[in-house]
Amino acid sequence: MTPAAPAQAMSQEKPAPPPPTVAQQPPPATGTDTPFKVEVHDLNVYFRTNHAIRHVSLGVLPQTVLAVIGPSGCGKSTFIRALNRMHDLVPGARVEGKVFVDGRDLYARGIDPVLLRRRVGMVFQRPNPFPTMSIYENVAAGLTLNGIGGNHTEIVERCLRQAALWDEVKDRLKHAGTSLSGGQQQRLCIARALAVEPEVLLMDEPASALDPIATAKIEELIHELKEKYTIVIVTHSMQQAARVSDNTAFFYLGELIEMGPTAQIFTNPRERRTEDYVTGKFG
Amino acid sequence: MNLHASFTYRKVVDRMMAGVCAICFIAAFIPLVSVLWLVISKGAAGLSWAFFTELPKPVGEEGGGIGNALVGTLYMVGLACLIGLPLGVGAGVYLAEKGDGTVGQTVRFMAEVLSGVPSIVIGIVAYALVVIPMGHFSAWAGAVALSILMIPTLARATEELVRLVPGSLREASLALGVPNWRTSLRVIIRTALGGIVTACLLAVARAAGETAPLLFTALNNQYWNVNPSAPTASLTVAIFNYAISPYDDWHAKAWTASLVLLIVVGLLNIASRVLTRNRLKGAR
Repeated sequence: MTPAAPAQAMSQEKPAPPPPTVAQQPPPATGTDTPFKVEVHDLNVYFRTNHAIRHVSLGVLPQTVLAVIGPSGCGKSTFIRALNRMHDLVPGARVEGKVFVDGRDLYARGIDPVLLRRRVGMVFQRPNPFPTMSIYENVAAGLTLNGIGGNHTEIVERCLRQAALWDEVKDRLKHAGTSLSGGQQQRLCIARALAVEPEVLLMDEPASALDPIATAKIEELIHELKEKYTIVIVTHSMQQAARVSDNTAFFYLGELIEMGPTAQIFTNPRERRTEDYVTGKFG
Repeated sequence: MNLHASFTYRKVVDRMMAGVCAICFIAAFIPLVSVLWLVISKGAAGLSWAFFTELPKPVGEEGGGIGNALVGTLYMVGLACLIGLPLGVGAGVYLAEKGDGTVGQTVRFMAEVLSGVPSIVIGIVAYALVVIPMGHFSAWAGAVALSILMIPTLARATEELVRLVPGSLREASLALGVPNWRTSLRVIIRTALGGIVTACLLAVARAAGETAPLLFTALNNQYWNVNPSAPTASLTVAIFNYAISPYDDWHAKAWTASLVLLIVVGLLNIASRVLTRNRLKGAR
């Protein structure tokens, strides 16, 4: 991958913002005819009166990994959950702005969040396999719960292989999904997300509850999944961001401070706050 | 107090508290064991095939059974389930999923009040609602009384069980593009189902053991009856009638009928255990 141009960062310096350069301007608000798989324009998220995400604009190229980093409470998770309309469920949450996936605005009138979520899969912070379902049924859940009956053996095997879990569970597909270890459960959840064939995969700190070995497996997996999927991953670990991502976005207090190629963010950030964060001066 | 002394002191307190707990446990256990022992020792002698299958005989005649009362209890509890289980579980699911508004608060409050109403009062209500308009006692009236008894406790239990399902499962399902209603039905309720089945069976067991709501709704019947519009015998009312009679033979029958009732309720409890066992290997 050539992580060159995709980064569209918006600086929110106050009180006197520097004159916007070309690189800092948000992408044109058409949404169509852009190279980006996911495009965010002036996204704002409110929880009642709390303005949690402030004027975020960025774009993610297809088949790349965007890492979202920042200190706790900076809005990383809030941001990523806006990308498949998970905030619809939260009472008091309000989203403004535009999010385009393949040029279609998720928050436009007439967009069914249900259909959208089949194209934008999500893996959560804590593994959450369905406790009443076997390993097999968990992977097939996205199909069976949507009323697609029949035999899903092939899909289940393919997804478990993609999630690098097949060899560990192929002899006990009928066992409970919750009988697996934490790391295995998380890979099971990834396999489950893959089964509905999403194009974009959102991962909300997928390794934060896992041990280093399981984490390494998940990271390896992200590298492989990149071949097919566009991935946005939230992580609190800067090392992880550096290892898995092509581009990195640094959030602070609900604002996108800086976004750019991962190497540049970690070695030569433009913003002082980014530098302070990645060098560990605060966090 | 030096360190060693305080350690000894703590050990003594620990032993004492453990002893107190053991005594409390035994004290709580005595009534249970004595009920079982009394019912079995007094009732087991009367158990026979005929006791389950035959109609009661008049005073003075040997033999006879409580077959009609057993069938009547099962029949009326079945009718009560037809009314009570869907309403109770449905109300509980509604309260858990949508019950945060004014309507939900009201329903929840009513359910709480209703579950504290003595069963005899519910019997009177069923008498006024069903028996008086119909003009006679009936299995329907008994079933309505029993179902009114079941609904509030079942609704509250179901609500609690559905609320216990972690929100992360709902998120997981929705993130797979599963519509809201399907998520509720096939993930949330499915996950809570084991508990809901248990709650239902316990409600049924409780209904099966009620006498007061049946006394002036279903009344009693000396003969076989599966007509819902006719008065119907039940185990509990049969026990009541036998127990207050002056005849030793009937007293013995009351004990045996009590044993049968205990067995029915016990079977329901065992059934709830078996039904809710997780079928998956390695499940926690």
